[in-house]
Amino acid sequence: MADTAQMKVSDEVAISIQQMNKWYGAFHVLRDIDLTVYQGERIVICGPSGSGKSTLIRCINALEEHQKGSIEVDGTLLSSDLKNIDKIRSEVGMCFQHFNLFPHLTILENCTLAPIWVRKTPKKEAEETAMHFLEKVKIPDQANKYPGQLSGGQQQRVAIARSLCMRPRIMLFDEPTSALDPEMIKEVLDTMIELAEEGMTMLCVTHEMGFARQVANRVIFMDEGQIVEQNEPEAFFNNPQSPRTQLFLSQILGH
Amino acid sequence: MSDTPAQSVAFVRETAIPPSPAPANASGIVKWMRDNLFATWPNALLTIASIYVIYLILAGTMPWIFNGVWNTNSLAECREVLDGTVGACFSVLTERWNQLLFGFKYPVDQYWRPLTAFLLMFAALAPVLFFDLPRKLLIITALFPFVAYWLIWGGTIWTPLFALLGFVAGYLVYARFVTQSFAVGFFGGVFAAVVVWIVTGYITPMLAPEQPLLEAVPSRDLGGYMLNMMLGLTCVSLSLPLGIALALGRQSSMPLIKWICVIFIEFIRGVPLITLLFVANVMLAYFFPPGSGVDLFLRVVIMITMFSSAYIAEVIRGGLAALPKGQYEAADSLGLDYPQAMRLIILPQALKISIPGIVNIAVGLFKDTTLVSVISMFDILGMIRGPILASTDWNGVYWELLGFACVVFFVVCYSISQYSQWLERRLATDHR
Ligand SMILES: Nc1ncnc2c1ncn2[C@@H]1O[C@H](COP(=O)(O)OP(=O)(O)OP(=O)(O)O)[C@@H](O)[C@H]1O
Ligand SMILES: [Mg+2]
Repeated sequence: MADTAQMKVSDEVAISIQQMNKWYGAFHVLRDIDLTVYQGERIVICGPSGSGKSTLIRCINALEEHQKGSIEVDGTLLSSDLKNIDKIRSEVGMCFQHFNLFPHLTILENCTLAPIWVRKTPKKEAEETAMHFLEKVKIPDQANKYPGQLSGGQQQRVAIARSLCMRPRIMLFDEPTSALDPEMIKEVLDTMIELAEEGMTMLCVTHEMGFARQVANRVIFMDEGQIVEQNEPEAFFNNPQSPRTQLFLSQILGH
Repeated sequence: MSDTPAQSVAFVRETAIPPSPAPANASGIVKWMRDNLFATWPNALLTIASIYVIYLILAGTMPWIFNGVWNTNSLAECREVLDGTVGACFSVLTERWNQLLFGFKYPVDQYWRPLTAFLLMFAALAPVLFFDLPRKLLIITALFPFVAYWLIWGGTIWTPLFALLGFVAGYLVYARFVTQSFAVGFFGGVFAAVVVWIVTGYITPMLAPEQPLLEAVPSRDLGGYMLNMMLGLTCVSLSLPLGIALALGRQSSMPLIKWICVIFIEFIRGVPLITLLFVANVMLAYFFPPGSGVDLFLRVVIMITMFSSAYIAEVIRGGLAALPKGQYEAADSLGLDYPQAMRLIILPQALKISIPGIVNIAVGLFKDTTLVSVISMFDILGMIRGPILASTDWNGVYWELLGFACVVFFVVCYSISQYSQWLERRLATDHR
């Protein structure tokens, strides 16, 4: 198997986060986050529950607001300016733990909605694009069903296809497999691996360490709102530096 | 490995057992009656008691209905014909049907006008209620209010035409500016419409012919069940969009809008509808420029609409609250802006959840239109209690008249309820 982790990445910056801080009321969730993601890079973020992983990637497409520091996505500075936010959101795709498909629309409509309304793509063209990506995630035959009629793994693959239809430059994943039964995890991971092999810039919160080893260029460990350690997967798993990382890895891999 | 099956627990079926019909004592009418009506002794007793009660009711009402008299000219004549036997005096319906349906002042030779409007109503409602019909038919729906107004009230055709022109102008301005921002488009559109209405308001009297094509009928002359239908239809169709706006406003992150909506909703819900109707009758006139003569019908429509939109807003708020936060986030993360997210993702789902509540309010509203009889508008109930029962001919015919009112209201309310159940089934896509 080709070790995708060794694939070359460009030095073009996709996301640049500097000294970013976030509070929920008085609770300091994210502290002095510094992170630069290059185009084509695949980053896996892990860490204990409540460490702020979701909050971090939700800040990148402004689902959460940060209070201090700066986030720049593809050269656009994330501010309270709604125009910038909409621009960034249409370039950044996101997949959620609970899929969040639109239950009142068919699979095909789920996929064509944003291209038609946000990108103003003609309906016919949007449908062709949608079918292309549904084929890619291997469920073109379900196009006219409703999300409620699909299995969890299929729903998550539709969610990926829905994001891809916007032709995003960056994909964010927030624990895409943790609501799935074991036999469905693989089909979703395979889709993600394929995406990675095509050079998509990906930030992925996950506890699938096999996936991290195989796909990631970099693994980031977070705890208590801070980036504690980051390294290439080999070094990260075989030779963790921080005692907190060691403890976390021993808990997650050690049984 | 064992050779004989007896020694092995492992078993593989190689042929399927063919299906066979259920035994005779497990199906058929006898079985159904035994299961549902006479399953146990207490059960059987209850069944017999219920049948007896049903018999008593039918025995009391059926002779009254079937022995009814349909073609006399007064209650006294009815009594003569019945000659002491039990029987209804339905003659009041055949003699006064026009007053029950149209009120007692609507010109008799013009009844075809409201009737035409009534028939057109079905064509206008169809594309809204049954959204599988071609979307082009919505044109009929859009034109219906203006045509119906002209048919029912008559007078110069310029009034509805200019009203329509105002909407068209508003829409054109909205479409022109909405690409910049929704707010600019919306307020620009409202402004354009108001300007058109004010300007044409001055022109209309000059254009009005001496003898209009359709004789003008003032609002005071409307009445009967027609008035209930008009109020019900107008108020339901106005209060739904207003209720949606209030529900969204109440969720708004802009404090001023939020508080206006909250205060409006809470105030309206804290006041009885009758009070509002009295206000409409006497006080609301003060708010409009003197002499502008804002019509009583319009004032009542405003009050009932405000009243029911506050309730509808609360029902829709419940629907909005029931949606998982993930739906908002998914819409946001795809780059949809607020109006798009609301229109395409949030409202379709929230309204679907709210259908039973909204229908409840719509049915209630429709029946509440009879309250206008207390401010001396002659709707069907006003007609019954006023001109008909007060006449010497029909003084005392309560059951027949009120029964008729029940029937006409029941037909509409039951249809609404059936429609809503169909709609819920039609929209069920979650397959849970
Ligand atoms: N809306 C909110 N209001 C207040 N506190 C919040 C909110 N959302 C998250 N938090 C808190 O912020 C912290 C970080 O949450 P976050 O969801 O980012 O954790 P996580 O690393 O994704 O955890 P998990 O692995 O369980 O998903 C948690 O302690 C959580 O309780
Ligand atoms: Mg999380």
